[in-house]
Amino acid sequence: MNRVYLDYNATTPVEPEVLDAMLPYFSGEFGNAASIHTPGQRARAAVETARKQVAALIGARAQEIVFTSGGTESDNHAIFGVVGQAYLPVSSSNADSLPHIITTAIEHEAVLNACQALEKSGVRVTFLATNREGQIDLDELRQAVRPQTVLITVMHANNELGTVQPLEEIGRIAKERDIYFHTDAVQSAGKVPIDVNKHGVDLLSLSAHKFYGPKGIGALYIRSGTRLRQLLYGGHHQRGFRPGTENVAGIIGLGKAAEIARKSLAADARRASTLRDRLEQGLLARVPQARVNGGAASRTPNTTNLVFPGIEGEALLIALDLKGLACSTGAACSSGAVEPSHVLTAIGLPPEEARASLRFSLGRHSTEQEIDFALQVVPSAVEQLRELSPTYPKVAEAR
Amino acid sequence: MTTTTQFDTLPERAEIQCGLVAVAMSGGVDSSTVPALLQEQGRPVVGLTMQLWNQRRLPELQGDGPAQHRCCSLDDVYDAKAVAQHLKFPHYVVNFETQFEERVVRPFVDQYLSGRTPIACTNCNTDVKFEPLLRMARQIGAERLATGHYARIRKNDVTGRWELLRARDENKDQSYFLWGLSQEQLSRSEFPLGELTKEEVRAVARRAQLPVAEKPESMELCFVPNGNYVQFIQAYSRETGISLPGGQGEIVTETGDVIGRHNGVHEFTIGQRKGLGFAVGKPLYVISIDQKQNRVVVGDDDALRITTFEIEDVNWVSCGTPDAPLQALAKIRHKHEPAAATIEPLGMNRARITFDAPQRAITPGQAAVFYDSDRVLGGGWIL
Repeated sequence: MNRVYLDYNATTPVEPEVLDAMLPYFSGEFGNAASIHTPGQRARAAVETARKQVAALIGARAQEIVFTSGGTESDNHAIFGVVGQAYLPVSSSNADSLPHIITTAIEHEAVLNACQALEKSGVRVTFLATNREGQIDLDELRQAVRPQTVLITVMHANNELGTVQPLEEIGRIAKERDIYFHTDAVQSAGKVPIDVNKHGVDLLSLSAHKFYGPKGIGALYIRSGTRLRQLLYGGHHQRGFRPGTENVAGIIGLGKAAEIARKSLAADARRASTLRDRLEQGLLARVPQARVNGGAASRTPNTTNLVFPGIEGEALLIALDLKGLACSTGAACSSGAVEPSHVLTAIGLPPEEARASLRFSLGRHSTEQEIDFALQVVPSAVEQLRELSPTYPKVAEAR
Repeated sequence: MTTTTQFDTLPERAEIQCGLVAVAMSGGVDSSTVPALLQEQGRPVVGLTMQLWNQRRLPELQGDGPAQHRCCSLDDVYDAKAVAQHLKFPHYVVNFETQFEERVVRPFVDQYLSGRTPIACTNCNTDVKFEPLLRMARQIGAERLATGHYARIRKNDVTGRWELLRARDENKDQSYFLWGLSQEQLSRSEFPLGELTKEEVRAVARRAQLPVAEKPESMELCFVPNGNYVQFIQAYSRETGISLPGGQGEIVTETGDVIGRHNGVHEFTIGQRKGLGFAVGKPLYVISIDQKQNRVVVGDDDALRITTFEIEDVNWVSCGTPDAPLQALAKIRHKHEPAAATIEPLGMNRARITFDAPQRAITPGQAAVFYDSDRVLGGGWIL
């Protein structure tokens, strides 16, 4: 079966050039980058080149990049690291001494669940609401700041909607109040320009497999001077920030993918947004009552999230997969079943519309033909679902 | 030419043979064997496993460690996936937690709290598997839904109706749980195991080298850990804020003598002897439950035997509603030996059943299902 992949926000294929760069480091150049001898030094040199490549993607200095196992570890490291360093149990009975975090209701689970875990141990957390377009209100952010606030963690681009938060303004607020600012940039790195200095970011998470690098490798940017408790304990790798033998091949892959992304970012974005708009406009024109979620906000160029009232997104996803089109609904639980999306609920969609939404995310290898295929199969699949839907007649009537 | 003639004489078969079939897969050996059988017939299949209950709920009911070998547990989902990967057909886990709670779990709890003894599996069949799941199967492009039930479906060419029949394997027969299906539901369902015995099913599973071929059978209610439904009702009521009625109540004899106390009518079922919490000269049984007065009425074995009772929500599954009373064999619980009875249709989807001889422990909330030899005529809920 001919398969069309429109789920690049879930993961991307490793670029052949990236794979070529990685391959020597599995068997031939197998040295441990922490070793003193020549094979170790060669691995070290390659790792340091990759560090520079990653730093260049986000306007950072190489020594500010720590390699991790991916976005989830980077987020956890940033959040637990800041709070762990700030937590001073002077008087645990005094609520005023407990640290406070500000985040949003639409973060990825890696951030949300980390904050909720901290909440259970007494840390105060503010989950900022967003408007219908998935953007936070800066005044609300200002008002949420307390003397005990130690961290603001706001994602750059949302994984489900693609909507981008105003990092620069948030960074300014954080700086004024002398609060650390972390951003989960897993969905934006390689898609939109990032400059940690311009954005005023102290900590930033990214993950290689979202921009044509391998899975299982990511990075945390830590601005020089940031006080951060380490997450893992072990050897002295990566200046003590992240012990454990470095995943050399993965790091090389991340570096190479970052280098390619930096060079092709503008061209990739132009291409993706042209195709994305073609898909979005085409679906809006062909599917009655379809709407874009978060469409009025600034978005990553490759993502569109549409609601098709009167259907179950889960059934549409399966119907499309059986026709050869891969896309996505919200989150999946451990069994693989679709869970209601906390993001769509947070932007104010009623539950039945949140369940009726689907995300299409395009990538470097998406083609016009693939978009045309989607424009052909999606409207007919939606129609087939609606014919059998007990709720659609009501939806149709209400309009 | 020959082919055309064959298809002409077997229109139903011809129709059945072309389209995609969705298979409801629980991860057990029975439903895992269904796709193997369908594939042997050369039919394309897609597997669907329902996520019905979040096992992280009601943590007080969980033992130590992850939930294992229970329906809806991750192990079962992975088993279903492993079967699909082994047989190389697409498989999806679909989320029906909301529907399952609304249509099965909540009614189950409500029924117990009102002094009845419900059958969750029948609700799950009628209102989940053959309703939203069947609809989803059709929405994703399947013509029909096949399940691992032991029962049979056939089209009666004379009446034009779809009929529900007992399974060939009497010990495995599950037709008692399927009387609620409509003609539309029957016309789009298939029970490929209906003609096989359990041993034959295991043999097919082994022949197909299914990873679940030797998996032990589970008989528990899938959402009730350890089969302890009283504990489940208490935990669920606490979680969802349902108030348990009246606390302690009286255990009385038929003449109204108070002979003991109980902790809630949901802990009792008709015919129950155990757990009455007191000793007297002769064995006593629960003969009725009076939820309004929070009373459990007990009596001797004779008092349990009743001849006539009424049922509601009657579905005449294989035939239309008869005009006059008819003779049939009626079954009042899954393991009841069917007994001769007269079924008299009343208005409002009700019916009166009169057994030729009194039957023991006719229990409100259970189903009465009536048969004409192998054919399920219909059924209804005992009032």
